[in-house]
Amino acid sequence: MPAGFSTLDFYFILPELVLTGGALLLLLLSVTVPKQDGVLLGVTLVTIATTLVAVSAFAGLDETVSRGLLAIDGFAAFFKVLALLSAALTVLMSAPYLRVEGLKAGEYYFLILCATLGMMFMASGLDLITLFIGLETMALSFYVLVGYLKPNPRSNEAAVKYFLLGAFSLGILLYGMSLLYGATGTTSLAGISAALSGQETSAVLVLAVILVGAGMGFKIAAVPFHMWAPDVYEGAPTPVTAFLSVGSKAASFAMLLRIFVEGLPALAEEWKTLFWGLAVVTMTVGNIAALTQSNLKRMLAYSSIAHAGYLLIGVVVGTERGVASMLVYLGVYLFMQLGVFGIVTAMRRGDIIGDELKDLTGLFKRSPVVGFAMLCFMLSLGGIPPTAGFMGKMWLFGAAIDAGEIWLVVIAVLNSAVSAYYYLRVVVFMWINEDEPAGSPIAIGPTMAVALGVALLGTVVLGVYPQALFEYAQSAASTLDGITSSIALR
Amino acid sequence: MEITPAHYTVLSAALFTIGVIGVLVRRNIIIIFMAIELMLNAVNINLVAHAQQVENLVGQVFVVFVIAVAAAEAAVGLGIILAFYRNKETVNIDEMNVMRW
Repeated sequence: MPAGFSTLDFYFILPELVLTGGALLLLLLSVTVPKQDGVLLGVTLVTIATTLVAVSAFAGLDETVSRGLLAIDGFAAFFKVLALLSAALTVLMSAPYLRVEGLKAGEYYFLILCATLGMMFMASGLDLITLFIGLETMALSFYVLVGYLKPNPRSNEAAVKYFLLGAFSLGILLYGMSLLYGATGTTSLAGISAALSGQETSAVLVLAVILVGAGMGFKIAAVPFHMWAPDVYEGAPTPVTAFLSVGSKAASFAMLLRIFVEGLPALAEEWKTLFWGLAVVTMTVGNIAALTQSNLKRMLAYSSIAHAGYLLIGVVVGTERGVASMLVYLGVYLFMQLGVFGIVTAMRRGDIIGDELKDLTGLFKRSPVVGFAMLCFMLSLGGIPPTAGFMGKMWLFGAAIDAGEIWLVVIAVLNSAVSAYYYLRVVVFMWINEDEPAGSPIAIGPTMAVALGVALLGTVVLGVYPQALFEYAQSAASTLDGITSSIALR
Repeated sequence: MEITPAHYTVLSAALFTIGVIGVLVRRNIIIIFMAIELMLNAVNINLVAHAQQVENLVGQVFVVFVIAVAAAEAAVGLGIILAFYRNKETVNIDEMNVMRW
């Protein structure tokens, strides 16, 4: 192993360096020009855009760099694009929200960029240490962001809960990692995979799989590790909830796939059984608990738990097609989920919090365009054609049928039917025309309009023309090492 | 009796279990946080013991990262707990009841 760094190592992390530079500049500006929200917003968006350009400059590469610590491949690029897109949309919808809440913009954008940086390392890490540092960079930023509304008891409480359970899950994850290191003598995923191939499955390895699976289960909010999600989603500032449910979930799935598909193919039978069980309980509990919620953010939290359950189907399938359909689903999920949270954010005005279902009454009459967008997002989340959500589900379930996971698909389809009830209930609330004190139209500022427009466009266009995303996801999934194109082992 | 790395892994497992139980049964946020730190230190002992066993230094490098992250987490976490205390004047998790089912 050669000592020292080469300049090439810095060349390949150019996108991350750009993002770090932008974030530091932002921190500096937040001290020198703290009141210039427009400048801070501009710098944030330019940083994200430049990083996106730098990521796309490496598109098509399939390299292992920094002495086996990082992968610059299509899989990493896909998740980096997801992280940056969700960060950009979150920042756009945060601008008016920060003004309403009277929050400092500089540090807020800085933390968003830091979380994005963590996500990018989670997508490209090939070593347990790198992945864990990426995870913590993201998680620490989120702990602060969730509690960003300092005088608000709900935000405080959410931050404490997220922090305690996040740190607890980190302990479990690290213990699993330390067992893996003990069993294989290395922390590199390729090394672990090589050391385990042909080795007998031992109790220690099964324990390691369970612990690492549980640790990652916390991050993707899979039942029974989901207890934090409803409270945190409800209490956090709405744009942070949006970013948490999309960016953090996508990055955690990237890390999960890296560890299990790339590092532990020898234990595929064990972890597929584990995730099979997690997928079933996650979608069922998520959907059933969502039925009774009266708070929109809380309902969306349970809905996002259910979506994690659907996504786990792709992990269980574990083939190239399974992973590709997961990536498609995550891409679709980004637009519809950020769209919904964008609207919930827009409903926050004056002294109206606007996250209760009844705050939606008469929305179609008050703001027809916003109502129509909400309708599209809800149909998409419910998986009703011709929206993007339907395409995502169709592909995911198709991959599972292909791999012989018939029961999993039956349970998932039944769950989708249940979920249609609570998504359509939101639409019903929008149709009801009661005399409400909140009966004024919803004001959509220019940045919010861009965010909602992009989300709506994505949801509609991907429902009609999903081919490009399919192909992109397919090529990204095929670069994941250790992926098989054949039918899964179970 | 010779102390082998296996003894340390047993110690680590015991500490980890104590940490998990502490998180689950204690009601004071600060004590829960201390129990979490105990879990992380169990991980550290495990890593060092395994590093000795497999005869490379990666495990010890890992420990340095875990310690650094634990320190960062303590800074952020205590800040969050302080913000919570300012509003509620308590650090008991049974008082965390603004949001419920």
